[in-house]
Amino acid sequence: MRSPALYYLERPRLFDSLSDRLSGVFDKLRGRGALTELDVRAAMREVRIALLEADVALPVVKTFIDDVTTRAIGHEVIRSVTPGQQVVKIVSDALVEMLGSEAVELNLGVTPPAVIMLVGLQGSGKTTTCAKIAKRLAEKQGKKVLMASLDVARPAAQEQLRILGEQTKVATLPIVPGQQPVEIAIRARQAAKLQGFDVLMLDTAGRLHVDDALMGEMQAVAREGAPNEILLVVDALTGQDAVNVATAFGSQVALTGVVLTRLDGDARGGAALSMRSVTGKPIKFAGTGEKLDALEAFDPQRVAGRILGMGDVVGLVERAAEVFEQEAAEKMAAKMAKGQFDMEDLRTQLGQMKKMGGLGAIANMIPGVAQAKKAMANGQVDDRILGRMEAVICSMTPKERGKPEIITAKRRIRIAKGAGTTVQEVNKVLKMHQEMAGAMKKLRKMGGMKGMAAMLGKMGGGPGMGGGGGMPDIQKMLGSGGMPPGFDKFKR
Amino acid sequence: MSDWLTKLRTGLSRSSEKLGAGLGFVAATRLDDARLDQIEEALIGADLGVAVAGRVTTRLREERFGRDIDDAGVRAAVATEIAATLAPVAKPLAVTVFPRPQVILVVGVNGSGKTTTIAKLAHRFVEQDYTVMLAAGDTFRAAATAQLKIWGERAGVEVIAGPEGGDAAGLAFNAFEAARAKGTDVLIIDTAGRLQNKAGLMDELAKVRRVLKKLSITAPHDTVLVLDATTGQNALNQVEVFRDIAGVTGLVMTKLDGTARGGVLVAAAERFGLPIHAIGVGEGMGDLRSFDAAEFASALAGVPAKMNN
Ligand SMILES: Nc1nc2c(ncn2[C@@H]2O[C@H](COP(=O)(O)OP(=O)(O)OP(=O)(O)O)[C@@H](O)[C@H]2O)c(=O)[nH]1
Ligand SMILES: Nc1nc2c(ncn2[C@@H]2O[C@H](COP(=O)(O)OP(=O)(O)OP(=O)(O)O)[C@@H](O)[C@H]2O)c(=O)[nH]1
Ligand SMILES: [Mg+2]
Ligand SMILES: [Mg+2]
Repeated sequence: MRSPALYYLERPRLFDSLSDRLSGVFDKLRGRGALTELDVRAAMREVRIALLEADVALPVVKTFIDDVTTRAIGHEVIRSVTPGQQVVKIVSDALVEMLGSEAVELNLGVTPPAVIMLVGLQGSGKTTTCAKIAKRLAEKQGKKVLMASLDVARPAAQEQLRILGEQTKVATLPIVPGQQPVEIAIRARQAAKLQGFDVLMLDTAGRLHVDDALMGEMQAVAREGAPNEILLVVDALTGQDAVNVATAFGSQVALTGVVLTRLDGDARGGAALSMRSVTGKPIKFAGTGEKLDALEAFDPQRVAGRILGMGDVVGLVERAAEVFEQEAAEKMAAKMAKGQFDMEDLRTQLGQMKKMGGLGAIANMIPGVAQAKKAMANGQVDDRILGRMEAVICSMTPKERGKPEIITAKRRIRIAKGAGTTVQEVNKVLKMHQEMAGAMKKLRKMGGMKGMAAMLGKMGGGPGMGGGGGMPDIQKMLGSGGMPPGFDKFKR
Repeated sequence: MSDWLTKLRTGLSRSSEKLGAGLGFVAATRLDDARLDQIEEALIGADLGVAVAGRVTTRLREERFGRDIDDAGVRAAVATEIAATLAPVAKPLAVTVFPRPQVILVVGVNGSGKTTTIAKLAHRFVEQDYTVMLAAGDTFRAAATAQLKIWGERAGVEVIAGPEGGDAAGLAFNAFEAARAKGTDVLIIDTAGRLQNKAGLMDELAKVRRVLKKLSITAPHDTVLVLDATTGQNALNQVEVFRDIAGVTGLVMTKLDGTARGGVLVAAAERFGLPIHAIGVGEGMGDLRSFDAAEFASALAGVPAKMNN
């Protein structure tokens, strides 16, 4: 049976993206040279709302907007994109830069044991992240890791880490009932040193930043445990409070980095920006599931797209600078955003492909198919095929192009005749369109970039109470062999 | 690092104050655009969201623009606006179902405070002289069952548990039968945390419901969604999806003892109108409060506690 929840989750939703908002603002300004102060300020009002809706904290939004406004005024608008798209690009670039352009590794280059301490609010994911990092260090870097739980507050917290240790085959410090956090930290350090562990992971109890007693305890642990890394573990679903949390934790211990959990959710993830800007520390990892291998390096590009909540407008602008005619680019972006894709669009695509001597911008825009260019180069898809496909589409009536569903068997024969080809070839074109449209629709139903990020992320289920959740595999969705949807049908 | 970041961080201590700090006026002055903007920003900072904050501010403008009003007056006015939205949804979780037991299914995203809230509810019902049974339906997370068992001991109530990795729906069914056989008043079922965009896991909840209905078509009688106050606008997605797939009938918001104000509840009340039963204000069993619209609104608007009726 098809999953009812999946059916529900894929229902059409309002596509509420920054580019949609901006197209409203810029409708009257089409085709100007440089962005004027007035245009930019109008655009920034929309950017502000988009960021706030993505849960970026207000003070962070304000400073960000000031900065980007300065950057954007006077900026040239690349021919063939709209001013709105240009602004999105500038905003997105600034966002990526802010989120941290390069990955920062854990600092383990110390006399062993290297100590990593995890802190954060209740339920943010510290214990799970502790086990995930330990597993990664043990399996990928061959480190000998010891984990210790200093959580004497939450019922069964130490037991939880012990079980996670068993599951990941990472050693845990034996539990001594009644021992207090600072004592445990000291015992853990000694044990790690004596037993020759490379890394010691200290999981701490969740605490509110306004709880002076617990914040004091955290400082005491940080003194005694002498950690090389203190990671603030933050839930990606966090709202405006992110600023308070980051400020308080950052001022009381010497944070070295942030871990953002639950990026497998559908939150816009503005907390990433708040955390990064308030603590000034790199986001070192992203948690993408309950399972213990669901830990990834943080990807600023992906999260920036997510925060802005839009399809790949940024990529579109980049490519448009090269080839796309303004009209086609705009229409295509709008259609992509709406998940519509008819035969006319396929034809435009084919035309583009020929012009570019490669795959069309749309195919490029679909993640994971850049390799398909290789297929072109290898001669698996060549201009003659493109020409034949175009002929098939030309042989359709405008009505058929707009609504390919109406193409019956009888119509197929007529189309094939008109194009001087076989019904099979017509079927292939229809199938290809269907798959491309399907891919497009899927992207849109999952909320554009947000959905892409989700699909590209680890889709491993979660609580294993039976059915594995997850979304369809992107590779399957986009067609096989690194080809854009439907292209494999034309392979020879 | 660009220097606006440095600017930001130095300026933050000032601007990140709680709601109300932005409304710092001593003398009564005219309610003008600048002050309304400040109010709107303070509300956004409390997670009301841009749209709702805008609506509250607009209503304030319509009623009092140009009038003299002091700081306390502004806060009270904001609180009144918000309380009006929240009052209709304030509904405690009452034990009313016959035949017993009343089955309460507790759901929510990971780490929101489900298990702790169950302990708090159990404690409260015991204090009200009801008999309570808990079912450890989180068979996934490490030590989830151990955690609930410890809470059960503390609250003095029985906990039905199965093996780790077992079938949650089957366990819920068994617990329902056991509670019915014993004549227990309330059965509260814990579930594993799950993000609402995971279809497979959401289907599991639907399955738990179906299985419970085999014993009583009206069960579960309550399906409580536990929301974390630190969550931003995504809480609205949570409410919508959990309502539609898991049949949520009411909300509890936890972790209001921090600086998060939980303003997203105002938007949730406007949009979904689901009852809000209670709030969590700490990690202890006794840290559950009935949801009081006026009190919550006052806290949101930064009305000092002593000014509360
Ligand atoms: N979906 C998802 N769930 C996560 C992720 N990280 C942690 N979790 C879940 O979040 C819940 C809380 O995780 P814990 O690791 O216990 O959180 P904690 O911060 O140690 O909690 P306290 O010790 O009570 O403060 C569990 O259900 C985890 O399975 C993640 O990246 N994605
Ligand atoms: N400060 C505070 N902490 C709370 C509150 N409610 C729960 N917590 C803490 O939040 C953390 C997570 O609570 P749990 O009850 O384990 O959350 P859960 O939703 O059952 O988590 P999973 O089962 O892992 O999805 C624990 O450390 C709790 O002590 C509250 O109202 N205030
Ligand atoms: Mg923990
Ligand atoms: Mg739980």
